[in-house]
Amino acid sequence: MDAAFFRDWMTAAAAAVESQRDHLTQLDAAIGDADHGINMARGFGAVTAALEQKGTPTPGSVLTLAGSTLISKVGGASGPLYGMALRSAGKALGEAPDADLHALAGALEAALAGVQKLGAAREGEKTMVDALAPAVSALAKALAEGTPADGALSALAAAALDGAQATISMQALKGRASYLGPRSVGHEDPGAASMALILGALRDVAAQRAP
Amino acid sequence: MKKLINAPDSVVADALAGVAAAHPSLAVDIENKVITRAGGPTPGKVGLVSGGGSGHEPLHGGFVGLGMLDAACPGEVFTSPVPDQMLAATKAVDAGAGVLHIVKNYTGDVLNFQMAAELAADDGVEVTPVVVNDDVAVQDSLYTAGRRGVGATVFVEKIAGALAERGAPLADVAAMAAEVNERSRSFGVALTSCTIPAAGKPTFELGDGEIELGIGIHGEPGRRRAPLAPAAELAAAVMDAIHADQPLAGDLLVMVNGMGGTPLIELYLVYNEVHKYVTGKGARITRNLVGNYITSLEMQGFSVTVCRLTDALGQLWDAPVDTPALRWGR
Repeated sequence: MDAAFFRDWMTAAAAAVESQRDHLTQLDAAIGDADHGINMARGFGAVTAALEQKGTPTPGSVLTLAGSTLISKVGGASGPLYGMALRSAGKALGEAPDADLHALAGALEAALAGVQKLGAAREGEKTMVDALAPAVSALAKALAEGTPADGALSALAAAALDGAQATISMQALKGRASYLGPRSVGHEDPGAASMALILGALRDVAAQRAP
Repeated sequence: MKKLINAPDSVVADALAGVAAAHPSLAVDIENKVITRAGGPTPGKVGLVSGGGSGHEPLHGGFVGLGMLDAACPGEVFTSPVPDQMLAATKAVDAGAGVLHIVKNYTGDVLNFQMAAELAADDGVEVTPVVVNDDVAVQDSLYTAGRRGVGATVFVEKIAGALAERGAPLADVAAMAAEVNERSRSFGVALTSCTIPAAGKPTFELGDGEIELGIGIHGEPGRRRAPLAPAAELAAAVMDAIHADQPLAGDLLVMVNGMGGTPLIELYLVYNEVHKYVTGKGARITRNLVGNYITSLEMQGFSVTVCRLTDALGQLWDAPVDTPALRWGR
């Protein structure tokens, strides 16, 4: 997976977030302040623009630029958290012109570690971590079992989706939803939903490029 | 929902252009979304920076001026501003005595201000943050993101601002800000939700006979839903919550704040109930604010913020202030 792959991933993520913007906003209206869809669409729109304007010769530089752009454009908690996730992933990929599946897995683990360090969320608190952590585990498991790329990334995306769905029954312990206490139960977390979209886009781009 | 806008995407920029045109005392950088005093920083004075999502006007831009803030960073509607804004503001107000960041306790605000403070430190500017978390509606526990920063933000900005204007050092200004926060408690009630321009419909639905108790300032639901009741009962519910958390005693500064959509006639009516309640507890309101100071777009409702005053705090509250939203003593 070269820099062009990662650019395609970010572009696909932007498209996914834009197409689901109202849905994300609705999720955020139920347990937040109704701006997640708007903010993510704006942020990822800026990411696409930045990738068109600036040179990104390596996979790492793509994710680092995306992360920095999100920090500068999204605001709220999502900006720093997604920004940290992508910057951590970009840093983990280093200067290599190419990333194989193992490198990608390592980058996503770094993303998770970065998000958890900044936001202090653990699994089960109804956040983006509840989509990202299971996805990282599923990818690691698939790699350990020798699953080829498309199967491994499908497992990643499916785990993220399942993880986002699982947030429905959780009570929010972090972020704005936590102010609602028990009333946050019964609603999907918007951050987990957007994380599932972004990881789904990763699987989609890989599937499109598969021989 | 009818709104006075041109397009949802340009609300903040269009409004900032209006603020710039209306207030020559302010320097408004629309592109970077930073509002500062037109006269620039005062040499040797601690700079005060705050910020938050737009939609809470006059907070924070309306409080930039003598005796209060040096800079305000408006984000998108109900969205924390980004580190770039706070960094630009911090450097703009740095007058050699350091900078105080007044941060409302929301995950986004805290994270973005934290990032900005780190960047500012890298550039050699000393920054001390103070977190405002006066809302009694949320339990401060391991199970929440902590108490929200609401009405006390206004008190912190005024009182710490007055101390800074006297030339006090950063540590003292920060300590004063923290003291005001610690001595203040707030609680709010909503009769309606509000509509974010880009969302197009209210964030939550309240029936005709329903109210929401323990609201924040972002249109999100609160502690619980309850039936509409006369103002006396609603005021008592609000004051009970505040009193249970920090008993009303001595001299008080009280703000009856409109959430944006409630008329002044109703706010004064509520103030009457609050005044009776406070007197009934044997305390005295020696200073007050009644009006729209920290709003939530067009939400109908009110919040009360109570600060237990000391002589020092009272004097700082009385000190001259010259901002679009608060102006006295000059």
